Amino acid sequence: MHVDAPQGLSRRLSDLLYTRRGLLLLALLGPVLLWFGVIYLGSLFALLANAFFRLDDFTGQVVREVGFSNFVALLEPANLDSARRTIVMAIAVTLACTVLAFPLAYYMARHARGAQKAALYIAVMLPLWSSYLVRLYAWKLLLAKEGAISWLAQQLHAQWLLDALLATPAIGGPSLSFSTMGTFIVFVYMWLPFMVLPIMAAVERIPASTLEASADLGAHTAQTFRSVILPLAMPGVAAGSIFTFSLTLGDYIIPQVIGDSTLYIGQIVYRQQGVAGNIPFAAAFSLVPIVVIGVYLWLAKRKGAFDAL
Amino acid sequence: MPSRWLRISAWAVVLFLHIPLALIVLYAFSAEDKSYVFPPPALTTQWFAVAWEREDVWDAIKLSFQVAAWSTAVALVLGTLAAAALARATFFGRDVISLLLILPIALPGIITGIALRSGFHTLEIPFSFWTIVIGHATFCVVVVFNNAVARLRRLNPNLIEASMDLGADGFQTVRYIILPQLGSALLAGALLAFALSFDEVIVTTFTAGQQTTLPIWMLQELIRPRQRPVTNVVAVVIIALTFVPILVAYLLTRADEPGHR
Repeated sequence: MHVDAPQGLSRRLSDLLYTRRGLLLLALLGPVLLWFGVIYLGSLFALLANAFFRLDDFTGQVVREVGFSNFVALLEPANLDSARRTIVMAIAVTLACTVLAFPLAYYMARHARGAQKAALYIAVMLPLWSSYLVRLYAWKLLLAKEGAISWLAQQLHAQWLLDALLATPAIGGPSLSFSTMGTFIVFVYMWLPFMVLPIMAAVERIPASTLEASADLGAHTAQTFRSVILPLAMPGVAAGSIFTFSLTLGDYIIPQVIGDSTLYIGQIVYRQQGVAGNIPFAAAFSLVPIVVIGVYLWLAKRKGAFDAL
Repeated sequence: MPSRWLRISAWAVVLFLHIPLALIVLYAFSAEDKSYVFPPPALTTQWFAVAWEREDVWDAIKLSFQVAAWSTAVALVLGTLAAAALARATFFGRDVISLLLILPIALPGIITGIALRSGFHTLEIPFSFWTIVIGHATFCVVVVFNNAVARLRRLNPNLIEASMDLGADGFQTVRYIILPQLGSALLAGALLAFALSFDEVIVTTFTAGQQTTLPIWMLQELIRPRQRPVTNVVAVVIIALTFVPILVAYLLTRADEPGHR
């Protein structure tokens, strides 16, 4: 190396960054840390702080004094009820997504090869990335009283079945697009791809020899599934369930477009900050999904879900 | 061989995922404009012409393009820098930083949205085009970051050493060795970030003032349908506009996928 070669500014800077790794790291991370530290963490902090403020009923202004009035209001029966309903929905959606995703994920991981596998992968990825609102709109068309599902029920002479389902209290309603059943179907449809991909990744990691060993030792297909495949695929299920669970908890648009008039957590947060202008209460209520998701993540981590992401 | 039951249920789930999208395309040609009646009584292409004339739709598309372009640009810079810092380095706090990048997309949109809203509110920043861009860029960074990190980890470190041995300085190595290798991954990340921003509605409703992006236009139509045929056409346009970047991004990065063989 020519030590005495003329050194330009760029070369000197480059050498400085090369020898002082800490400086390089700081230069690379500085902008990111600034953006996320100030804008994102700052906003989350503002959210947390707001949860302890309160809205002055007379002036409509936020009073910046620390207090717990929002959290007392959280415990009102109506609010507890919607929190409970949202959590039950999130669990039901997660279970349904697991049941639907498993056969497809398993088939993709163990049986599909080459072009078919690529095609299936794209078939799962396209709905995952394509427009949330357009897919929701599609279900508005499907579930409408005069829509495709009613038509199909008529063609199959199963109108009575549809009517019986809609007449069921708690899940029914005047039509599919105004029933809790409809909300449930749309949630499952929306988040299903998030469940398929992690399960597929987990099943791919099961060595074929493990399944052969299970069969050699005399296990039936069902036994192998229950005692070998399912436990080994669990990290994938847990990883997928983080998405299905947390997305359901926070969504306010799906139940607003498809469903009866009962409110979910997201809708209450949205209304409080929007129509009522009560950002402190909305902030406090948005801590509910954060806490629930935090607990869920902690449980999932113990099950090894993050290794499958 | 897979059992027949497994094969049937796998393909049934694929159908479940795609029939609603196919239906959207069918409805765009429906002659019926008052209800969602199925099957459509007749087919027509007239609604495409009607939608083409609509100023509000064009304005919404333009605004969404601008927002997505700016958000993608910011995400591209921040995501690439973060990937360069985190791809190989091991230092204290590394996991915390990657968690921080994922958080805006891992937490439900409503939380990111209301957090940003209370942040802007506290600092008394009025809502504008730029508050939308700030929100979008924040959750787009992770998409670019993921693509860039996956590619950087596959990059052969010998190439960098060879470049240095041949007398290139750090900047030259970045320009002539690392960036060309990274290019297609960055393009894929940018396309996905663009698609993500173009389609985002939840964070947008919290960070927009009076601006109507295309998803906000769509949401208004979903809640109070006024122009069913136009909405049907716009839905098809959105599908077409988002499918292209997603497919191109997939083709550009499929070798980086962990499951690829």
